[in-house]
Amino acid sequence: MFRFIVKRLLEAIPTLWALVTLSFFLMRFSPGSPFTSERGIPPAVLANLQAKYHMNEPLMNQYFHYLWDLLHGNLGYSFRFSDYTINQLIAQSFPISAEIGFWSFLVAISLGVLCGVFAALRQNSLLDYGVMTFANIGMVLPNFVIAPLCILFFSIKHHWLPAGGWNGGAWQYLIMPVIAMSTSYIAQIARITRGSMIETMHSNFIRTARAKGLPKARIIIRHALRPAMLPVVSYLGPAFVGIVTGSVVVDQFFGTGGIGQNFVNGALNRDYSLVMGVTILIGTLTILFNAIVDILYVFIDPKIRL
Amino acid sequence: MTTMKKENILEVDNLRVNFKTPDGLVTAVNDLTFDLAQGETLGIVGESGSGKSQTAFALMGLLAGNGVIEGEARFEDQNILTLDEKAMNHIRSEKIAMIFQDPMTSLNPYMKVGKQLMEVLLLHKGMSKADAFEASVKMLDAVKMPEARKRMNMYPHEFSGGMRQRVMIAMALLCQPKLLIADEPTTALDVTVQAQILTLLNELKADFNTSIIMITHDLGVVAGLCDKVLVMYAGRTMEYGQTEDVFYRPTHPYTKGLLEAIPRLDGDGEALATIAGNPPNLLNLPAGCPFQERCLYAEDRCRKEAPVLEEYQPGKLRACHKPVNWEVAS
Repeated sequence: MFRFIVKRLLEAIPTLWALVTLSFFLMRFSPGSPFTSERGIPPAVLANLQAKYHMNEPLMNQYFHYLWDLLHGNLGYSFRFSDYTINQLIAQSFPISAEIGFWSFLVAISLGVLCGVFAALRQNSLLDYGVMTFANIGMVLPNFVIAPLCILFFSIKHHWLPAGGWNGGAWQYLIMPVIAMSTSYIAQIARITRGSMIETMHSNFIRTARAKGLPKARIIIRHALRPAMLPVVSYLGPAFVGIVTGSVVVDQFFGTGGIGQNFVNGALNRDYSLVMGVTILIGTLTILFNAIVDILYVFIDPKIRL
Repeated sequence: MTTMKKENILEVDNLRVNFKTPDGLVTAVNDLTFDLAQGETLGIVGESGSGKSQTAFALMGLLAGNGVIEGEARFEDQNILTLDEKAMNHIRSEKIAMIFQDPMTSLNPYMKVGKQLMEVLLLHKGMSKADAFEASVKMLDAVKMPEARKRMNMYPHEFSGGMRQRVMIAMALLCQPKLLIADEPTTALDVTVQAQILTLLNELKADFNTSIIMITHDLGVVAGLCDKVLVMYAGRTMEYGQTEDVFYRPTHPYTKGLLEAIPRLDGDGEALATIAGNPPNLLNLPAGCPFQERCLYAEDRCRKEAPVLEEYQPGKLRACHKPVNWEVAS
């Protein structure tokens, strides 16, 4: 186990390096620059700006400069909000996305698994069809439809919830972002759970458990749930990263100030360092959570040894 | 049935299992009637799809969701076919236990073997964990599991097929059930392991005085283990009686065909006798006797009229219009 973790950490280094290198050069080669604007900048100012961000140096120098800073945990200054470092921007917005993500994740797992299990146990019943219909709708409805519908219903029509803002993460401000964020994940998890639960309940060892005279609840909880969760767990790793790194849509509609909007704004403004920062964050989390899922497997499936 | 020397623990009357399928109603088991005395072993033989396993599943209440049962199965003066799930759970494993044909997949791969064994005792006998552990170790010893104590903490994938089947047998015998249903317990195992498992079952039968229903397509198994045999074809009883009668003096052409198809060591390389053709599609049975299309002796009557099961001599039943006389030169 310890060896596995060390190996995974070492493997992460070249992966991250490749990610950094690729996105660095892709960003630089994309048309436009951080300083292009409708009103032209005086050449003297432009020269100063370029000097500040080392943009007057050869590209390779810039690249090594960036790597060197990165090794020291320094993601550089934002090109757009030049008073802020990227570390500050992330420190400001990531906790917000992570909090929305954390609750969305909890809601998605608990509701998704619950719906999936009950649909599987009552296969082809009204309940099953109901859950599956909801799941299909949840999957095809994009969150940019769900978010305004939420605002329309909860805020404009009934005045139950504030239409937007963050307010330090008070619960009234959390509900709608969590709904918009989690719906598609609930749907997806319910579908995966249902499928694998049905398969598990038809397996031979469940028949053995029934022949042993075990009560149904015990068969489901002690014998079926664990193997049925395997495909769900492998889905959860990447899904978790997607959830905690937030979504542009949620940030835009609810004005929560999460990290999702930084990604899109960064790309649109050619804010090289901001895009790089967010990319590295998502990349690191993806590697981390895939490793965590691999470790979780050990606890679920005794056949897997790390 | 007439030969009632000992008290019967199981009496099955006109057991019928139907499956509702999109293509129509399939009768997998058709009016099966047999009984079993304490300590007795009944062999149910037949080709794949003859309804042997479905008979076992019906008795255990383990039929697939689209299965419908008719008839009666009295176990200790109680019709177990109509019991609800809760009442049935007191019979399963406690009084009637079952071993399945595929030991590789019949144990839960995610649970330690010991836990799977102890579970039965904790539930049915209300034992403490420590007692259940000791009792499980003892039962693993009884099925000749080497290093039983150590193996309690192992997972099924750490066992070979034969060892897993021993675990299944141990699990089935934990509560000392009155009846053990063994559904092709040796099919998935290699020949030497098959022999070990059969010897084991024979010994356990003597030790625990358990009645056994042995479902198999291996006639050798029946000859070595069973007191009575029921030959099934297309869900129906073809011949039923004491093993020595059915095996050494078969009167049904199907039984005869099965016996002739046993490979012999002194066969001098001659081609193996077979029963031509395949078992019929249960959705589309031939008119008359279900076996008539493959029967060497079939005549007009067989093609028109299905033979009924009749007791042609005390304790010997068959369903055939054209019985044969055949003595096995043993």
